Amino acid sequence: MQKYSGFGLLKHALSHHENWQRVWRNPTPRTHYDVIIIGGGGHGLATAYYLAKEHGITNVAVIEKGYLGGGNTARNTTIVRSNYLWDEAAHLYEHALKLWEGLSQDLNYNVMFSQRGVLNLGHTLQDMRDIQRRVNANRLNGIDGEVLDAKQVQEIVPIMDCSANRRYPVMGASWQPRGGVARHDAVAWGFARAADRLGVDLIQQCEVVDIQVEDGAATAVVTKQHGTIKAGRIGCVVAGNSSVLAQMAGFRLPLESHPLQALVSEPIKPVLDTVVMSNHVHGYISQADKGDLVIGAGIDGYNGYGQRGSYPTIEHTVQAIVELFPIFSRVRMNRQWGGIVDTCPDACPIISDTPVENLFFNCGWGTGGFKATPGSGHVFAATLAKGEAHELAKPFSMYRFYDGALIDEHGAAGVAH
Amino acid sequence: MFHIYCPYCEEHREEEEFHAKGQAHIARPPAPDDCSDREWGEFLYFRDNPRGLHHELWVHAAGCRKFFNITRDTQTYEIRETYKIGDQPAVSTNPDQ
Repeated sequence: MQKYSGFGLLKHALSHHENWQRVWRNPTPRTHYDVIIIGGGGHGLATAYYLAKEHGITNVAVIEKGYLGGGNTARNTTIVRSNYLWDEAAHLYEHALKLWEGLSQDLNYNVMFSQRGVLNLGHTLQDMRDIQRRVNANRLNGIDGEVLDAKQVQEIVPIMDCSANRRYPVMGASWQPRGGVARHDAVAWGFARAADRLGVDLIQQCEVVDIQVEDGAATAVVTKQHGTIKAGRIGCVVAGNSSVLAQMAGFRLPLESHPLQALVSEPIKPVLDTVVMSNHVHGYISQADKGDLVIGAGIDGYNGYGQRGSYPTIEHTVQAIVELFPIFSRVRMNRQWGGIVDTCPDACPIISDTPVENLFFNCGWGTGGFKATPGSGHVFAATLAKGEAHELAKPFSMYRFYDGALIDEHGAAGVAH
Repeated sequence: MFHIYCPYCEEHREEEEFHAKGQAHIARPPAPDDCSDREWGEFLYFRDNPRGLHHELWVHAAGCRKFFNITRDTQTYEIRETYKIGDQPAVSTNPDQ
């Protein structure tokens, strides 16, 4: 595989950039793989990469119904942070954040990870108490964080209205300087290219229609385009469609699929150099390198697989953004879309074995999976390689919904998305 | 934007007057103390979440404030019927019937 470098860019300039290699192969599937990963989004591709890199398992296929990174990976608002309240979640997301910090070098692919800091605003006294508790918990877990007052917030974001006479005045914020954003497409492409280089087969346009189970163990996947493909172990990383795949294998998950939408504005000059999130008025915003304001909304309350969101939800979100940033009131919105997120009752993921042997699920990331992409892939790869949960993944078993050991991050983590 | 027929108000109203409350027809176990952890967990947390027809519970929150059921397609978002609590759906989610 070609190594990307500044020198390579110069060299290819001499031949008018016409001789770049294809970024990955387009293989015909074999009849048997040691591990099949269903779902070619960021988490699935990261899983395949770490399986090959960390565990030497290269007879691996990633099976994707559409194209790589075309689902929620391409639909999120790209925010990365690890300031979660509970130890189990904080450790998992911090594991991911540490991988993010070396990811471009590791993959030899620029994922444009920009640690521009994340603000989680507080608008009420109770918000500020929760923020203090969370920042203290973060610091005890070795995660960077500070509690800021309104004046300090104003210094970081001069264009935000932090005056005391707003309906929901900004009273302060938590500030995680190591948080930031990354280019979501590049994350999928970088993992795909690196996994392909290590021998993983990336099979696109291939829909799984059934999972074969014999004597309580999964043995193969049945695909619409390429027939039956046998597998030693199967990992499902399919976000909103997790319940559909679980049903194929004959069990249910504690998940509900909801549309979650986001929108971007027309490109404008640089005006916002950090990430601002507000749980209370429910809006979050950052500015992409090409100038678009990237705005995230909440989920629609009803179950849905339609990949489009409702208008009232957009309206509420834009109201919140304009309340915080009156300067944006006349910015025009360019595009709006929805992704299907698999929400868990405790707002934490499921990384788990299942009632079916050799079948594992990595799902339930709900509204906040992008930030965990490398960490999720890393621990799920270990889980698939060894057949038992990675140390960091153990608390995230689906059986916690039987024994009651939930990790209640709802509201606690400033859990916008 | 959904226009939802409330079977109590007997009128179509806009989506914003309603809240979705998840899967309908989930019976509370008659003797919770006798449930195993697994049975109780299934009752509390595990859901059908189909891609297709779904019976779901809604509440007319900014209207009559009564709960009722909807049979809705979660992919096309078509509402097939709404019916009162205690009634059974006329549309089956099982394609064979």
